[in-house]
Amino acid sequence: MASDSDSDGDFVTFGTPLEPLEEDEPLRKPVPLHEQTVKDEKGRYQRFHGAFTGGFSAGYFNTVGTKEGWTPATFVSSRQQKAGRQNARPEDFMDEEDLGDHGIAPRQITTTADFASGRKDVIRDKARAITSLSAPIPGDTVLEDLVAPARSSMGVELLRKMGWKDGQGVGPRVKRRLCKQRADSATRAFGSASPPNGSSESQDEEDGEFLPENLTFAPKDVTPIDFTPKVDLHGLGYRGLNPLAALRGGPGAGHINLFTMDSDRTNSLFGEDRKGQRRRGGVAGQGFGVGAMEDDDEDIYHRDIMSNYDTVLGGEEPGDGLYGWTAPQQYNRTKKDHSKDAAYLGKILEGFTLASDKLETKTIFPPPNLPRDFRPVHYFRPVVDLSSVSPMVAQALQTSRGHMAQEAPSKGGRHQLDSAQRRELLGEATLQGPSSVFDLLKVEDRERLSGLRRPSSDTSSGPRQPTPGEARAAVVAAGVAAAAARASAQKALSSRFAPHAEQQQQEALSVWSGPTAQAQTGQTFKPFERTPHKQARYDLYIDQLKQGDRDALELSLDPTMTEWERGRERDEFVRAALLYKPSSSSLSCRFTRGKQDDGVEADTVEVTRDQENDVDDKQAAVKMKMFGKLTRDTFEWHPDNLLCKRFNIPDPYPGSGFVGMPKVKRDKFSVFNFLTVSESPTASASPAPQGVKPSEPGKRSRWDVSGQAGDKERKEKDPVSEFLSVARIEASGSGPEASTTDGPTTDPTVEPDTEQKDEEEEEEEESRPSMDLFKAIFASSSDEKSSSSSEGESEEEEEKEEGVRSRAGTGPQISNQLNVNTTQPAPPVSAIPSQHPDVVFKTPSGPAAAPPPRDQEMEEEEFGPRLPPPSSTLTERRPSLTPSAKDDKHKKKCKEKHKAKKHGKNKKDKKQKKKHKRHKHKGKQKKSSRKEESSDSSSEGSDGNSQEDGEEGGGVSTEELLRRLKGIRGKKLQ
Amino acid sequence: MSFPQPKPEVPQLPQNLLRTIDCQQGAVRAVRFNADGNYLLSCGSDKSLKLWSVSRGTLLKTYSGHGYEVLDADGSYDNSQLCSCSSDKTVILWDVATGQVTRKLRGHAGKVNCVQFNEEATVILSGSIDGTVRCWDTRSRKFDPIQILDEAQDGVSSLKVSEHELLTGSVDGRVRRYDLRMGQLHVDFINSPITCVCFSADGQCTLTSSLDSTVRLLDKSTGEMLGEYTGHKMKGYKLDCCLSSKDTHVLSCSEDGHVYCWDLVEGSLMLKLPVGKAVVQSLSFHPSETRLLTAMEGRSGIGVRLREMVVWLKSDMLLLPWLKYGINE
Repeated sequence: MASDSDSDGDFVTFGTPLEPLEEDEPLRKPVPLHEQTVKDEKGRYQRFHGAFTGGFSAGYFNTVGTKEGWTPATFVSSRQQKAGRQNARPEDFMDEEDLGDHGIAPRQITTTADFASGRKDVIRDKARAITSLSAPIPGDTVLEDLVAPARSSMGVELLRKMGWKDGQGVGPRVKRRLCKQRADSATRAFGSASPPNGSSESQDEEDGEFLPENLTFAPKDVTPIDFTPKVDLHGLGYRGLNPLAALRGGPGAGHINLFTMDSDRTNSLFGEDRKGQRRRGGVAGQGFGVGAMEDDDEDIYHRDIMSNYDTVLGGEEPGDGLYGWTAPQQYNRTKKDHSKDAAYLGKILEGFTLASDKLETKTIFPPPNLPRDFRPVHYFRPVVDLSSVSPMVAQALQTSRGHMAQEAPSKGGRHQLDSAQRRELLGEATLQGPSSVFDLLKVEDRERLSGLRRPSSDTSSGPRQPTPGEARAAVVAAGVAAAAARASAQKALSSRFAPHAEQQQQEALSVWSGPTAQAQTGQTFKPFERTPHKQARYDLYIDQLKQGDRDALELSLDPTMTEWERGRERDEFVRAALLYKPSSSSLSCRFTRGKQDDGVEADTVEVTRDQENDVDDKQAAVKMKMFGKLTRDTFEWHPDNLLCKRFNIPDPYPGSGFVGMPKVKRDKFSVFNFLTVSESPTASASPAPQGVKPSEPGKRSRWDVSGQAGDKERKEKDPVSEFLSVARIEASGSGPEASTTDGPTTDPTVEPDTEQKDEEEEEEEESRPSMDLFKAIFASSSDEKSSSSSEGESEEEEEKEEGVRSRAGTGPQISNQLNVNTTQPAPPVSAIPSQHPDVVFKTPSGPAAAPPPRDQEMEEEEFGPRLPPPSSTLTERRPSLTPSAKDDKHKKKCKEKHKAKKHGKNKKDKKQKKKHKRHKHKGKQKKSSRKEESSDSSSEGSDGNSQEDGEEGGGVSTEELLRRLKGIRGKKLQ
Repeated sequence: MSFPQPKPEVPQLPQNLLRTIDCQQGAVRAVRFNADGNYLLSCGSDKSLKLWSVSRGTLLKTYSGHGYEVLDADGSYDNSQLCSCSSDKTVILWDVATGQVTRKLRGHAGKVNCVQFNEEATVILSGSIDGTVRCWDTRSRKFDPIQILDEAQDGVSSLKVSEHELLTGSVDGRVRRYDLRMGQLHVDFINSPITCVCFSADGQCTLTSSLDSTVRLLDKSTGEMLGEYTGHKMKGYKLDCCLSSKDTHVLSCSEDGHVYCWDLVEGSLMLKLPVGKAVVQSLSFHPSETRLLTAMEGRSGIGVRLREMVVWLKSDMLLLPWLKYGINE
């Protein structure tokens, strides 16, 4: 081996290592049995006889080793040699095979009894004790023991001859200083074994005071580490009950010490046994009664005394502690010999020793007085830096806590001050460097950011996850008056913060008290079916709305609820009333109501309670290398109880019923789902969803991502798929209702909105900032999505144009309504001046059957069924479209794209993961296949294959619809 | 005949090539020392896991049972068990002596990037490309994970376990630290896919390497950056980084065939060990001595290189045998 010279000097390698087995190498054929040969040491072939090697080869062909075979030895008289060979040893009758390695008496070099160390004696003792037990007279060997000389090993003998004395160390004599140093190094070397303890060193110090200069000392003795391997299963230091010791017990042997310390063993090294260990042989003591040979019966009933046991580890130091030095006694006495006192006391008070160090007195502090209004329940709040979110959301957050009033007074406290304010108070100089991340951005970037921020704070809504119910609601609304619904839905979000609430209520009133609503016999949709009381209140509210009661809302609410709850419910009711408003469409008569009601299935969605802080800020912080507070989020996280057990850690949340991040069940129809903290920045980014990708969607929470992706896709697919979904949902929502109006009347209600929207979209297209700016701000964000966007760019454009054309006819009917609803004065037909609110409109009320993002579709190909988008519960009601042939084509396309993008491994991972997330979250895969179909087909429809969609639309809705769709195609072909 | 004085302190950086082992298992995906540093594990792309003796460089055992390339492995504290993970989405618990599969744990939806035992080898933690970390119980007979940590938004690339903490690095650019004792999850945002995370030996810091060719030393409790180490190249591959056994140096693989060693405090490049021409894929530092193990993905012969400084014999090594035999015999 190459390394024999250096580090491996300690180790010896025998033989040559086997060649590592090659896997490809053909296996060597095993040598058959009849070809295996054995040779003896002289090279002769040997044959085996019998099952074991004991058989021998008896000459040729199984004869004796000679040609002649066995010949009896000739008789030789030994009469003359009688005196010569008295004692024949067994070896005399053995041949070399017997004495060989595998014979009956193998010869090996062993230490004879003279040279054997003390350890061997123990075995011999045992053997002798056993023979003595079996001897006719018990205790036969006692005399032998007495007579036998004390034996010490040859090493000790030699050392003694060289002038060594018991208790001394081995080595050259040393001076005192060195001696001390040596003692140190010896201790270091041996770590565990510690015969020279602290007290003996202090001894040294005292010794030094009277020592002459030229005196040398023997080095101190050190106990070698006992390297006996531990082969038994006992605990450390446990020796087990020696049956011999138990049997040999007598009056003196009352206590059997199971634990022997190292010091005992050291003693036995020097051949001297402990006093108590040499005992009378023979059966005596407990369990055997008093025999004829026993003197007395003093201790028949064995009593063990506690003082026989060690109460401290280690015990006393072996020997006299002098280590060969025999100085006058007074110098050796240590002044503070606690251990001796303790041992003495221990004899007085059985089982107790004096403590070596004092106990610390514990000071017990009384528990703090709880304030009167203290509730012993901790309610975890997401960690939010209020300064980092938009003021609207911050305010919302505070209100939602219901502690606004309490927190306000404490505003002036010193803990509320930020560093800048504190600096002003203290009169310190401004620190060098940027105080905020924003300071580090370029001026124009900052302006741009603040520009993005402002509209979001105005509307205080963000892109969010469309829940099935919500999306459905949105579509229902769109069927009747899409523009109004958009405005109202958006306002429903913001109603808590602004005086929109009034308007909304009025709007709801106007809708429900209308003639179409009156005509309806029963309410079809129960948004709060889970909670009967709430539903009852809601029904009451609707009833009163129908009667045109202005105070409908206040009357229907439960006065016993808290103000906060009431406020919340108020919003929900108004919103629900607006969204599930009675449909007057003719479409409805064409559909039958679905068998399942999704309201029963799931009214709630599980949302991770704690949301991550803004990613954009973090990215900026990372760029500035300002790690720490800015980049860290801390969440509550519940480990599994079993996991804690396995880690030997107490469960931090004993009794908590769940594991992982705390999830909150939220009402699907609640506004509060969408007021998560992290949303405000994304809202600020949302005005430019078409051209510029929101920064790095993969790094948002998964809810955000899907929401955004959905938004984006929705925008792309808007024009055609919306119609379809509108129709479908409309039908499902109000199937059994009698239709009161004709088809033509519905059309204008749908169209103005879409037309407006498209115009606005175009405007946005123009006014969006350049890509470079966003790239500069959101570093490395867009590369992930950019590939897909560049691919889909042309398609998008097409779709948009298509969409614009499709809304050729405009009806002014609903734009009036819009006028009522929106806060900004909106010209009836032309675009709304500001683009931002409009975008927010669209977000909540996007079409239900939003086609999944293409990447996800791709992932389906590879990893099985995609999970339903949260909004898709509705679509299952509609008759399933058949995507058969085209679906294949589409898949192929997807695959190609996928191949092209295969190198973008990160992205793939992300998508895949997201999908799994959703798997876990919703666990509603059963519906997925149907939904996939629907989403596929709808996406195709928007991809420009309007032929089938047109037919579908025609089959589903009115002829008018069909006609219009065909018109689109015609225009597109031009 | 006095005792030798203790030698001056051993330098902290491995500089001499001690041995090169041709593992003959395709590309070596990861190399790991066992708990005491006497053995090493090499994970091959030929679906095999091999156990080697460090002192002799001999192959001790080959563990085969994975269905695809082995990506990571770990040995239990008592050297009785091994765990390994693979692209075949499984985690396998091996019996060291017999080489048999003790348990094959299925559940991940994608290839499993990293695997670790906890301190007492009662739990195996595995991080996968599917974005989850699964905690498998080695004590019970159940094949379901105890808990699935699905907080990562992208594949989990690296994972380390300490006494009561779990550190994961994910491709979503975040380092997550699960504090079991406190019941908290700390997320540090790095903004670049994480390739490797480590605890420091004192448990106060975390080391993070990411695909922006930067290794960062973060304060564990606050998340502040204590040091930044650059110069190497880590753009596209999942390469390892580590700290030296005494926390004095930061080491990282590089795509240019070197191992970079920085001084931990000063952040200056101390050493650039040339390993070969290809990408140094994995490295592992000896738990107590100054030895470094590197694995390189090369043409066909894949070398595990063991580097070390001269190992000084300590004084007590000489002392012990002499005393023992001198007195007893």
